[in-house]
Amino acid sequence: MPSSIRLSVKRQDTPTSSPYWEEYEIPYQPRQNVISVLMEIAKDPKTRAGKATSPVVYDRACLEEVCGSCAMRINGVARMACTALIDSLEQPIRLEPMAKFPVQRDLSVDRQVMFDSLKRIKGWIPIDGTYDLGPGPRMPEPERQQAYEYSKCITCGNCLDVCPQVNGRSNFIGAAPIAQARLFNSHPTGAMNAGERLEALMAEGGVDDCGNAQNCVRACPKSIPLTTAIAEMYRATTRYGIKKLFGT
Amino acid sequence: MTSDRNFWVRRLHSLSGIVPIGGFLAFHLYENSAASRGADAYNEMTHRLQTLPGAVAAEILVIALPLLFHGIYGLFIAGTAKPNLYSNGYVRNWMYFLQRVTGVVVFAFILFHYWTTRLVQLTDHESLDLFRQVQSAVANPWIYAFYIAGILSATFHLANGIWSFSIVWGLTVGPRAQRRMLYISAVVFVALSVVGVRSISAFRL
Ligand code: FES
Repeated sequence: MPSSIRLSVKRQDTPTSSPYWEEYEIPYQPRQNVISVLMEIAKDPKTRAGKATSPVVYDRACLEEVCGSCAMRINGVARMACTALIDSLEQPIRLEPMAKFPVQRDLSVDRQVMFDSLKRIKGWIPIDGTYDLGPGPRMPEPERQQAYEYSKCITCGNCLDVCPQVNGRSNFIGAAPIAQARLFNSHPTGAMNAGERLEALMAEGGVDDCGNAQNCVRACPKSIPLTTAIAEMYRATTRYGIKKLFGT
Repeated sequence: MTSDRNFWVRRLHSLSGIVPIGGFLAFHLYENSAASRGADAYNEMTHRLQTLPGAVAAEILVIALPLLFHGIYGLFIAGTAKPNLYSNGYVRNWMYFLQRVTGVVVFAFILFHYWTTRLVQLTDHESLDLFRQVQSAVANPWIYAFYIAGILSATFHLANGIWSFSIVWGLTVGPRAQRRMLYISAVVFVALSVVGVRSISAFRL
């Protein structure tokens, strides 16, 4: 059993300043996770060398892997800090902000682009009318079970972080919004607007910009079958595109 | 239609890699295995192909233009990639990387190959002994190595391209279907590589 927990954190004071590394060391306690260690350090923030410092800034809310806000690179891999158990990590533990989003401060990043992408693919079901539209059509149980998997997305952005096609030189929206298009297109009411979502996926940065490296499906903390969703959207856009080409 | 332009250019890129380019590659590697039957058989075969009616039109429309489109657009696609093998050393991530590397290698090779075996021939078409020409070229071990690299890059690029083609067009959706397609593409890679490497090595005998 180690006598201490060692951490090495890539810090950045402002969105435009340059990053630097700081090391911390706290007494070992069993069954800790990355968030609880960061909280422990914040009680009396000082570096391993004993120099007083500021507490590390990071995002977190639910602490049970449902809000998606605590994603960061832990020992080089994008994952959720609240479920990253210290006892299963190699020390010193390296914490870095996710690389595909602008850093706000330290480990906190701005994931606005993910919400913009959800808007782009119209990741919702329009049900508002001027009168009561009544109950929607029922959904077959097997389809509901599949849809449930996609509904587990927490918009953490891990799938974008590991994707070689998501970078400054490309407009690719990444796996999460594509899987959400699949989710809402499979919903009996959402399917009424399926064409709009497919059009969004056919535009630049859409599903065809995927390179099939398939890192996303391995990085997803909720084990969402992202590559299956991508392939389903490839199939749907194929049919839609050909129909449109030969239709009226 | 404007929002569909990206879609159709991408799909045309995917399709052109299989038809006609993939089909031509298989045919080309196969026809060149005539080299193992000697210089006369080989030169006779190439002469027959070149004097087929419409050979030049087919060469431009079915081979050169699709290759140029696929190659140049492919370079653009490769330019938007940011490989991350270090943190994600999975097989598929390697395939993604190799697909781009082999694409660049084979595009460079094709330009060299086409220049040295076809464009030089335009001026002195009849008298050229293509077999000797290739034979003296690959006598240089560097050029021979370039040929081997070009052939293997082409066969890998096609085989892996078949795998991603079948996702892009919606044929293989789930992981099981995609794994089966992986086996098929592996067979294609091995089979075409054996034919191709045997053909070029016949020029070294
Ligand atoms: S804090 Fe909500 S996912 Fe980790």
